[in-house]
Amino acid sequence: MGEKRTIYMDHSATTYTRKEVLEAMIPYFTEHFGNPSSIYGIARDSKKAIDMARVQTAKALGADPDEIYFTSGGSESDNWAIKGVALANRKRGNHLITTQIEHHAVLHTCQFLEKEGFEVTYLPVDQYGLVDPLVLEKAITEKTILISIMYANNEIGTIEPIVELGAIARKHKVYFHTDAVQVIGCIPIDVKAQNIDLLSLSAHKFYGPKGTGALYIKKGVRIDNLIHGGGQERRRRAGTENIAGIVGLGKAIEMATADIPGHNAKIRSMRDRLIKGMLEKIPNARLNGHPEKRLPGNVNVSFEFIEGESMLLWLDDEGICASTGSACTSGSLEPSHVLLATGLPVEISHGSLRLTLGDANMEGDVDFVLEVLPKVVTKLREMSPLYQKSGKEGGCNVQ
Amino acid sequence: MYSEKVMDHFKNPRNVGEIENPDGVGEVGNPVCGDIMKIFLKIENNIITDAKFKTFGCGAAIASSSMATELVRGKTLEEAWEVSNKAVAEALEGLPPIKMHCSVLAEEGIHQAINDYRKKHGLELWAEKNPHAHDHSEDLTSDH
Repeated sequence: MGEKRTIYMDHSATTYTRKEVLEAMIPYFTEHFGNPSSIYGIARDSKKAIDMARVQTAKALGADPDEIYFTSGGSESDNWAIKGVALANRKRGNHLITTQIEHHAVLHTCQFLEKEGFEVTYLPVDQYGLVDPLVLEKAITEKTILISIMYANNEIGTIEPIVELGAIARKHKVYFHTDAVQVIGCIPIDVKAQNIDLLSLSAHKFYGPKGTGALYIKKGVRIDNLIHGGGQERRRRAGTENIAGIVGLGKAIEMATADIPGHNAKIRSMRDRLIKGMLEKIPNARLNGHPEKRLPGNVNVSFEFIEGESMLLWLDDEGICASTGSACTSGSLEPSHVLLATGLPVEISHGSLRLTLGDANMEGDVDFVLEVLPKVVTKLREMSPLYQKSGKEGGCNVQ
Repeated sequence: MYSEKVMDHFKNPRNVGEIENPDGVGEVGNPVCGDIMKIFLKIENNIITDAKFKTFGCGAAIASSSMATELVRGKTLEEAWEVSNKAVAEALEGLPPIKMHCSVLAEEGIHQAINDYRKKHGLELWAEKNPHAHDHSEDLTSDH
């Protein structure tokens, strides 16, 4: 057997680290390894490197460098933003607003706070996964202290009307946090113009290293610390800095935001060809998420009568890396909370497939997936008792 | 995450399909939970001469159906009734803990098909000796 190619279509899960990013990081493991809190020369080198990464990150977000705090990743940033704001402002109120389709780093943090006496409103979304700004405005009470809404959804790729939602938060003097983990390098960010008070990001989603992220905290926002200890990050986030990781994040965000329109155009054209091909070649398939307001690399399609994990196993057999909203890969029996929130029937949610394109892909990958996938779906449908029941009429028997 | 045996039975499932005029049919599971198994049996002189299946579900569900139908072929109804979910899982060289319910489903499918046959022949239905704690409707709500 010849060597099998890997076709990586799971960029929303993580990305490879760009060569230039890795090269920028290496000296900070081996030569400039000094603890930035020390005063000798090699420590000053690491301090300078962190300062530079902070400038690179700030520039990419339209923020000031002293509004950027480095963390261990998206989950820490989300936890810090939500717990930190909730605890620091509990005298003003105990109400938080978020959505039903957030990442678990946000949802489970909110559920934790509910146990601590906070009240949380989980806003519904429409069939495309969009939050309605009017519904947000109605949910705000005198006790609301934080609104947290993701910039774009990781599963179905829907891009939320962040500018509008942020404007509503601002009008009501409520802090506005957005989990922007999926959008760096896909959507130009300008925190000032986009009414954002806090923003989470994670380096490994834009060709940086894993284990490094950042939280933008607008000057003046009242927020408690999450990690207590030493005086790093201007006394707000303790722990010896992950220098190499931070350098990698700085380099990665600079490169990812250098030419967003050019990057998007290339990825989007592959994505559109993939979606079109899948829907044309495979009957009883539907696109999840919004047809236009979606991340340039996101494809999420449900195939009736079959289950997602068995699809992934066959795709893996062909070297294709993908993911699913089916329960069977998540450790519970419930399928994706995001798909369910869009109103997709449970049984059809089990048959969802997510392919997320990025820099690892070439046009030929799209052709290969379009060749393999219809065969996989047919094979699984032929052994599905649901397919047999529905006959040629289509439609799942349990609507 | 799966054993080689599971992957073998997933990729080359034995006994996929339907039996025309089956003597017993069992259908268990629920599309809402993400798995349904339909088991077809051909029974002659109290012996299972053929067993086939159709399954909607994950890799473990397909492999469990394949293995269960293999295990009951050629057995008497009494012997087939004794094929437990553990036996199916063991024959597959183990299943991940969260996938054990797939083997339970396979056992239940076989039991239902056998009882379908017994019912058609005016025979007393056999009762589940150890009703499984497994219940999909409970699983669905216990997570939240």
